Amino acid sequence: MTAAVPWWGAAWRQFRLERRMFWRNPSAAFFGVLLPLGLLAIFGAVFAGRDEDLDVIVPGIAGMSVMSATFTSLAYNVTTLRERGILKRLRGTPMPTSAYLAGLAGNAVANAALQLVIVVLAGHFLLGVVWPQAWGAMLVFAAVGVACFTVLGVALAHAIPNPESAPAYVNAVFLPQILIAGVFYDAAEAPQVIRDIAQALPLTHLVEGLSGAMIDGEGLAANAVSLLVLGLWGLAGAVLAVRGFSWEARRGR
Amino acid sequence: MMEAMTSAVPAIEVCGLSKTYGSLAALRGIDFTVMRGEVFGLLGPNGAGKTSCVEILEGYREFDAGEVRVLGLDPKDRALRAHVGIVLQSCGTYPHLTVRETVEHWAGMYPRPRQVAEVLALAGLDDCADRRARTLSGGQARRLDFALALVGDPELIFLDEPTTGFDPAARRAAWDVIRALRDLGKTVVLTTHYLDEAQSLADRVAILQDGLILAEGPPHSLGASRYRVAWRTGDGTQEERFTEDPTALLHTLTAEALARGETLEDLSVTRPSLEDVYLELTEAVA
Repeated sequence: MTAAVPWWGAAWRQFRLERRMFWRNPSAAFFGVLLPLGLLAIFGAVFAGRDEDLDVIVPGIAGMSVMSATFTSLAYNVTTLRERGILKRLRGTPMPTSAYLAGLAGNAVANAALQLVIVVLAGHFLLGVVWPQAWGAMLVFAAVGVACFTVLGVALAHAIPNPESAPAYVNAVFLPQILIAGVFYDAAEAPQVIRDIAQALPLTHLVEGLSGAMIDGEGLAANAVSLLVLGLWGLAGAVLAVRGFSWEARRGR
Repeated sequence: MMEAMTSAVPAIEVCGLSKTYGSLAALRGIDFTVMRGEVFGLLGPNGAGKTSCVEILEGYREFDAGEVRVLGLDPKDRALRAHVGIVLQSCGTYPHLTVRETVEHWAGMYPRPRQVAEVLALAGLDDCADRRARTLSGGQARRLDFALALVGDPELIFLDEPTTGFDPAARRAAWDVIRALRDLGKTVVLTTHYLDEAQSLADRVAILQDGLILAEGPPHSLGASRYRVAWRTGDGTQEERFTEDPTALLHTLTAEALARGETLEDLSVTRPSLEDVYLELTEAVA
């Protein structure tokens, strides 16, 4: 018996493969890179010169980008991989499951990081928003948000029966959240009932934390509740992601 | 594990294997053994339990009762994965990768893979090695399945209905790959509902119907017990008899014919094909 392929080697190879496939898939690459940029350009034009509004949408779009790069793309990907039988095929190889999932999630994390960089740079140079005031707090919130939405994306994939219905499921969760989480406007202006619902959702707290760190220079303590809510969603998501995981297509037996 | 995987133990041992899905009994206590280097065919109509059986052996499914050892180990043992190659019934690959990239990536998952170029040649993929997987025809995609199953240089390969839906040329090409696997000394377990496939590829066949093994043995031996004797009578009607003792039957028939002064036109004795055995067995159960 020869030694097995090392875990890190397997995860790294899978990650590199996912990156290569991401760039080869034009629609994924487009949404991954150009969508946040396009939204910033549009809102930048609409809110030109209104610094208060620009200060809202830059962290808002940063939060939305984290969610779309992880939650949305993993919900689609895992559903498609499962229904195409690719997960089942991988299950029959010696690659450790955890190394595979790490490579898959690493791809989503890389996209989230890429989009965050784009949003920060474009926010500063195109819209004239200040550089992030509290880098450390921003990175912590981004990291917790990425982890939270990564597991929630995998968890949602378990509820999606086939790739054709994935957009409906994903948008049913994603669109209302970006509308009420204060991505495009200051959430404080929304009616009380909307604010109450939004307070229960993770994106609201990610945007709040990012906004505090990027614009107001607040540390982690100032938004500890938001961090806690994200952590709880992440925990719930992790449990659901692991418990519901299926290697095989639903169409099968 | 070292001892369990030595070639002294059979490739597969199945004893009293049962599996039910709700109220449906997919396997009702089957036994068989597959020796190393053997091509073993599980033959049966759709729904006979073939896929349930191989998916248990591949470690994908739980079973309800019985003993199952694959290369001496529990089929769920992850250590087996490096020694077993699997061609599933229908299974996708990454659409945006080329054939070569896909095989290279799979090679990296195994501790001692075969050369990628050699695998591409063996699977007959040389001509489309640089095509994206999503542009492959059904037959080419199947060959990619073969390539991914054998790139890890497994001792044992499972093929679940490897040629279903193929045109005759693609089937012959797939058969050539399977024969090449046998020539490499691999143990092959293949399920099929094509009799000619089992007859021309398998060293031994088990006929599965409604979760039971109806017959087992080398394809030619399964048919050996009942010979078909056929002839035409003087008025041209076709007659046939089945017998386990063609010598005695021929003696009787020819003696009677000679006594009547007739000839037995087109007299023939055929050993039944696997198809006859199969139809006979499966009709008896139905």
